[in-house]
Amino acid sequence: MKSFHIGGVHPAENKLSAGSPIREAALPRQAVFSMFQHIGAPAKPVVQKGDTVKVGTLLAEAGGFVSAPVYSSVSGKVNKIDAVVDASGTRRMAVIVDVEGDEWEETIDRSKSLVRLSDRPDLDSKTIVEKIKNAGIVGMGGATFPCHVKLTPPPGSKAECVIINAVECEPYLTADHRLMLEHPEEILVGVDLIMKAVNVTKGYIGIENNKPDAIRLMTEKAKQYPGIEVVPLKVKYPQGGEKQLIDAVIGRQVPAPPAIPINVGAVVQNVGTAYAIYEAVMKNKPLIDRVITVTGKSVRNPSNLLARLGTPFQQLIDECGGLPEDTGKVIGGGPMMGKALLSLDVPMTKGSSGLLIMNKKEARRAEPQPCIRCAKCVSACPMGLEPYLLSKLASMEEWETAEKNDIVSCIECGSCQFTCPSNRPLLDMIRVGKTTVMGIIRNRAAAKK
Amino acid sequence: MNVILIAVIVLGVIGLVSALVLYFISHKFAVHEDPRIAQVSEVLPQANCGGCGYPGCSGFAAACVKAADAGSLEGKLCPVGGQPVMEQVAGILGMAAVASAPKVAVVRCNGTCENRPRNAEFDGAVSCRVKNMTGMGDTGCPYGCLGCGDCVSKCQFGAISMDAETGLPVVDEEKCTACGACAKACPRSIIEIRLKGPKGRRVVVLCNNKDKGAIANKACKASCIGCGKCVKTCEKFQAITLENNLAYIDAEKCKMCRKCEEACPKGAIHGFNFPPRKPKAEEPAVQSTDNTPNQNVEPSKAE
Ligand code: SF4
Ligand code: SF4
Ligand code: SF4
Ligand code: SF4
Ligand code: SF4
Repeated sequence: MKSFHIGGVHPAENKLSAGSPIREAALPRQAVFSMFQHIGAPAKPVVQKGDTVKVGTLLAEAGGFVSAPVYSSVSGKVNKIDAVVDASGTRRMAVIVDVEGDEWEETIDRSKSLVRLSDRPDLDSKTIVEKIKNAGIVGMGGATFPCHVKLTPPPGSKAECVIINAVECEPYLTADHRLMLEHPEEILVGVDLIMKAVNVTKGYIGIENNKPDAIRLMTEKAKQYPGIEVVPLKVKYPQGGEKQLIDAVIGRQVPAPPAIPINVGAVVQNVGTAYAIYEAVMKNKPLIDRVITVTGKSVRNPSNLLARLGTPFQQLIDECGGLPEDTGKVIGGGPMMGKALLSLDVPMTKGSSGLLIMNKKEARRAEPQPCIRCAKCVSACPMGLEPYLLSKLASMEEWETAEKNDIVSCIECGSCQFTCPSNRPLLDMIRVGKTTVMGIIRNRAAAKK
Repeated sequence: MNVILIAVIVLGVIGLVSALVLYFISHKFAVHEDPRIAQVSEVLPQANCGGCGYPGCSGFAAACVKAADAGSLEGKLCPVGGQPVMEQVAGILGMAAVASAPKVAVVRCNGTCENRPRNAEFDGAVSCRVKNMTGMGDTGCPYGCLGCGDCVSKCQFGAISMDAETGLPVVDEEKCTACGACAKACPRSIIEIRLKGPKGRRVVVLCNNKDKGAIANKACKASCIGCGKCVKTCEKFQAITLENNLAYIDAEKCKMCRKCEEACPKGAIHGFNFPPRKPKAEEPAVQSTDNTPNQNVEPSKAE
């Protein structure tokens, strides 16, 4: 079975909510729309306090090319535009809407009927990318990179294939899995649209082998979609890393940054993104909701919820049986790459793939011990780096040496820290080093100009 | 016998030729260093701390010589050696020393465990830089001290230490050389290298919070809320400015009257090294016009 080749770890899967069908979460009473739901320039609000909005009304326009607009997911009145604490732990600009009723913009097609690409011969690549851009779609796997940027290959590079990331290698999370089981055709049309957008005829859907039902169903349905192939992948973390996935599916290696996947001819999109693209292009529905997994060992009712963006996390947890008493940490995202939240008033954003509630015992990080030079972190690193060294260099502020040792290649997957028998906070330090070195590189490039 | 003799002669000749070549080359390509650089270097403290802004003491010496040739030592200061060393340097270079006032590191945060409730538990690597990446940290103040002591580990002079009780770093004014290493290390720019002031006396806003008043107030009892009362009090000297909801006292303009300290409703302004207040204060400006006792004066530190 196909897999990436360097490193990797096997965390316990804990897919507690795999059997629970997606259900709609209740509307919030107040929805908070952060202007920072994507990587790149923040969105710029176009509404004012007191404005009435509907579901699908534009709240904020893109702040540049690498940016995305934000739409209201509820109907009601704009309460205020203010800075609130979001999942990043910092206070940032957001539009806050008081919910009244549930009125949708007329342009949105809310019917469930399937529209295939063959039904819409008028769609050409430019229109598709434009529609995706206007719908505010970003990478829904958690990276939140504006989708249209990836679908606009820089001059000189050409896409050869589209790879859909349906790996969901993070333990606990099941949102993508359920989406495939419940909306396979919509996803396949979405893949068709992406392929059309970048003018390629080949599309792969990579699915980890712990989801045999999804593999079976998608393979079955994909027969009607020429050019799309389902690729079962070995269960290994981080199979869903962009570079790891390209390695596993087409056997090509993306060189160190600043190289990007398109340099080896691949366009990678998440399966949730494909679904959102289907809805945006075929149904005129901007990105206003998404599936999020709310899970944890002590959660009474681990579920997959289709929730409106801007819903406070507290409400999602209440829908799944409330916050357990022995809660130690609540994590936005999965256990490997997610981030602990400071407060449950934080609103759900475009990149919220999961909400993991860890009990006290799980949450506690063990006391770090001295490094014993076992090199387990080195064998675990899927990027072929030397994590023990990088973390040391970062703590000693040896930026130059860290740069030479390729610290910017780190994908922050956490495999090193997960595997270290001495519980060393490797990624903590590497992240500091990576951010600093990236800053140094940026300054250098700016100085050259 | 013959073989040995030949070997000796051959080696001897090679040695001689090489010596001559080396001699000429060393003369031809000799790097002439200004002898004054070594002289200046000698009087510098050799702490190589970089507080002067140059790579080590010899780098600073070279810069001083260059500056002297250009006509002035303006702006060159070894914070560790201070005025006496700079006078020696000026003497060597035949210049007049530029007067400089001594400075000291000031930790501009008073978010003690008591003043600022912890609302989370941080269990990552013990490093302010790591903790700062979590965003807020473990309290409601995104501008305050993180308490992991990055500044402490950067001080070569053992002048800054963590106070276990308050969770904040404390600067030993005797030992601090104002090299600035701690200020550079702090990811939240809390530490300011500030004029030490006459007799070490200075008035400082001990807060770095730029949030709006209501938010800052909720996060910390000792926060500056940007109300501007201090600015009004100091209308005469215009020493206080308010920017981004945070007051700042210009040490050059401050006349140490300490009126702002009394005016601050949050007690965010602190006077350092003033004698304990008596009914008849030593400072002429502090008259008993205001009879509310000030509870926020720090006990004066032993000088
Ligand atoms: S976090 Fe970075 S260094 Fe650690 S294993 Fe992943 S890629 Fe390698
Ligand atoms: S896994 Fe941990 S103990 Fe082993 S070499 Fe890496 S840092 Fe050191
Ligand atoms: S509000 Fe001011 S004094 Fe309080 S913790 Fe923040 S920076 Fe420190
Ligand atoms: S306290 Fe700061 S400025 Fe003072 S000597 Fe130490 S590192 Fe330098
Ligand atoms: S002053 Fe800055 S560097 Fe020092 S402990 Fe506080 S946050 Fe850390």
